[in-house]
Amino acid sequence: MVTKSVAVGLALGCTISRWSKMDRKNYFYPDQSKNYQISQYDLPINHDGFLDIDVDGKKKTIGITRAHMEEDTARNTHTLGGGQSGVDFNRCGLPLLEIVTEPDIRSADEAYAYLTELKQILQYLEVSDCSMEEGKLRAEANISVRPVGTEPFGTKTEVKNVASFSGTYKAIEFEIARQIQVLNDGGTIVQETRGWDDDRGVTFSQRAKESAHDYRYFPEPDLVPIVVDEAWETTIKEGQPELPTPRRNRLMEQFDLSPYDAGVLTQTKAMADYFEATVADVSDAKKAANWIMGDLQALITQDDADITTIKIAPTQLAAMIKLIEDGTISGKIAKEVLVDMFQTGSDPKAIVEAKGLVQISDTGELEKMIAAVLEKNPAQVEEFRSGKEKVIGFLVGQVMQATKGKANPKLVNEILRKQLST
Amino acid sequence: MSNWFEKSAFEIREAVAGGTVTAREVATSFLDRIDAVDEKVGAYTQVWHDEALAQADAVDAKIAAGKLVGALAGVPISLKELICTQSGETTCSSKILAGFQSPYDATVTQKLLADDAVVLGKVNMDEFAMGSSTENSAVQKTSNPWDLSRVPGGSSGGSAASVASATSAISFGSDTGGSIRQPAAFCGCVGLKPTYGRVSRYGLVAFASSLDQIGPLTRDVRDAALAMNVISGKDPRDATSADLPAEDFTKKLGDSIAGLKIGLPKEYFVDALGSEVRALVEKATKVLEDQGAEIVEVSLPHTEYAVSVYYIVAPAEASANLARFDGVRYGFRHPDAKNVSEMYVKTKSEGFGEEVQRRIMLGTYVLSSGYYDAYYLKAQKVRTLITQDFDEAFKACDIILTPTTPSTAFTMGEKSNDPLEMYLNDIFTISANLAGIPGISLPCGTSASGLPVGFQLLSKAFDEATLLQTAHCYEQHADVNLGIPNL
Repeated sequence: MVTKSVAVGLALGCTISRWSKMDRKNYFYPDQSKNYQISQYDLPINHDGFLDIDVDGKKKTIGITRAHMEEDTARNTHTLGGGQSGVDFNRCGLPLLEIVTEPDIRSADEAYAYLTELKQILQYLEVSDCSMEEGKLRAEANISVRPVGTEPFGTKTEVKNVASFSGTYKAIEFEIARQIQVLNDGGTIVQETRGWDDDRGVTFSQRAKESAHDYRYFPEPDLVPIVVDEAWETTIKEGQPELPTPRRNRLMEQFDLSPYDAGVLTQTKAMADYFEATVADVSDAKKAANWIMGDLQALITQDDADITTIKIAPTQLAAMIKLIEDGTISGKIAKEVLVDMFQTGSDPKAIVEAKGLVQISDTGELEKMIAAVLEKNPAQVEEFRSGKEKVIGFLVGQVMQATKGKANPKLVNEILRKQLST
Repeated sequence: MSNWFEKSAFEIREAVAGGTVTAREVATSFLDRIDAVDEKVGAYTQVWHDEALAQADAVDAKIAAGKLVGALAGVPISLKELICTQSGETTCSSKILAGFQSPYDATVTQKLLADDAVVLGKVNMDEFAMGSSTENSAVQKTSNPWDLSRVPGGSSGGSAASVASATSAISFGSDTGGSIRQPAAFCGCVGLKPTYGRVSRYGLVAFASSLDQIGPLTRDVRDAALAMNVISGKDPRDATSADLPAEDFTKKLGDSIAGLKIGLPKEYFVDALGSEVRALVEKATKVLEDQGAEIVEVSLPHTEYAVSVYYIVAPAEASANLARFDGVRYGFRHPDAKNVSEMYVKTKSEGFGEEVQRRIMLGTYVLSSGYYDAYYLKAQKVRTLITQDFDEAFKACDIILTPTTPSTAFTMGEKSNDPLEMYLNDIFTISANLAGIPGISLPCGTSASGLPVGFQLLSKAFDEATLLQTAHCYEQHADVNLGIPNL
């Protein structure tokens, strides 16, 4: 937990506390089996960091106040009926990292960009798979509005229990509109926790913050202080993977990719790793990128698969691209081969051989076949010779049909022209 | 058949492992003894007749099969009511945990069973270990075996009374401010509080987490060392347990103490110390001096603040530790509550005794916003000073010698209406908990009225070996043999 927390802190440019501790936060509420929560009060393990986001091409820095360790709470259910409440202790006591930003975010778009960037970093660091459905990543947005041109923030509300980024986005939009409406109607905003009803698309009041709680924080005596010395910090730093933004920039530079391609390929660490492993064996990086983002991604999406567990190894994809490059198969045949590889995990060469998909590049054979095609289509030959060169497309098609798509299109073109011009 | 209940754990283990006696015979001897005398003493809250015999039979079966047996093979022991056991109940002698069955064994329980000890049952204590007389038990009264009208001390009063009345060979108690050493002194047995972190607290129902420590109450020093060999060690389930290599605590027993420096802190030999106790402690010092120890005077200047510091730190931690007893999950829940907060209030008001409620309120108060700095934070600072006092003193000596208690066992009811007077019983023992160092109380004689008197030895943290060496040397050369009281 400490190692992972520090890894996140370092990725967010935080200062790592050499010495920190856990504290007890005391309160009576049945979402903790102990009636206190183990948290970090005045000495968080990470503090004072930042995260750069990009909204419509505009860069912005979001300040990170702190990222501290604490234990998760239980979940209460009040829908059992019969005046009964239930407490689900399953996630109670699990360690979590709470990342708190400065009040720097000004719109739902910025919040969305922040969350997306943050999630990517967390996934790259492999500290969490960030599944929001499973509650492994949760976002609690604090929202307030203020009249244009004024300094102080308005009273805030906190929206909890939102199960997706798009939900958070919608909840923020809703809260902004709601708060403006309340204020325009002469009302005041109540500081409270609000829930999000995804079906109705509205936030609703959960509990008002009563008079300031006295949590009676004090150092947790059951746990020892947390000391992260320089050596440990260095080890963690050195074990850190390349993060999304630097990796994006490097891919653009190293492989001459467009910002769009680099962005898609670095969306997950797994995809970027896959790309780089493939490209190591291929001369044309752009081709590798296209195959991964195009046909391969389509197959993955179609099967709801995961790039880390698919049957095609990057070296196999590279081998397939090489078969195109050296003229063994055409790009069209390759699409077929890829589907086969995806299903069976076989080597492309083996598939091509087993199915007889090797491209016909034997000039003599092609010349005979083309001569036969020309003989069958005298009208089109006549048209070509009278200047309607477009008709060559039809003739190529005929040749391809005759060879079941295996003819080398470049050679077919050459031989056709040669035979037609004599 | 000899009276096995009169023997030490060491003797019993030797005899059982050597085949001179069966574990069943030994267990039966102790169970018969419990049946004979414990009605008067009231040490046991639960006696596990059948289970103890089954455990004994398992040990005998191992021996019959020629298998190796553990370091406490066949030794009948008892456990304080706050050490978790899957068998029976773990009630902390509180109404709020009446009927509570722990889903797991404490690490100490596991270790004892793994080393073939035979658990006879659980023994009484002050509710949640808060008290110095065992009168705060919500279950029953426990008497001092030497004078049934007197208290056995506390909070491990059941443990001390049981060892003194020979109804268990070793009893395991806990010590937060003197709760092993003070009852050991009152009942005339040996009581060891190990260094904080030496013994896992996993499965010890917490009173004050930064002070609590499990330790043995025994008939002699060798048995204490034997018990320590079994229960100490790093436990991944207790972050505060110390990661030290296993140690044989019996290794220095019998070694000469010639040249060992023993410090007498001048702040401990004050007017509050009764003259009878003072005389016997001075006599004990002489015994050690005669064995070659060099007696020096040391100073622990912040001693006078120890009780105050303790009564801020311990209740503060207790207020959080005991917050979980709220009627939601364990033990008692008040039946007539209409909502959650009413359930909390009614459950706690009825489930907790007066002293526990007093300390929860005290602790809640000192942690409250606006008071935290003045009380809790200041107390922690003074605690550091007290620790530094010991660091300084141990530069001039190896062992510190003090009385264990200012007086001998008092009569029941004598101090129960005056909490402050009760708290002062721990003035000589509290500092060791605040500093985290080990301490042992040993019998050094009896008062004119026939009540046991104890004295205390303290050592540097994790130097139990020297502590036990010194204690053992005293025991071998002092002419103190209390025997077993007439019951």
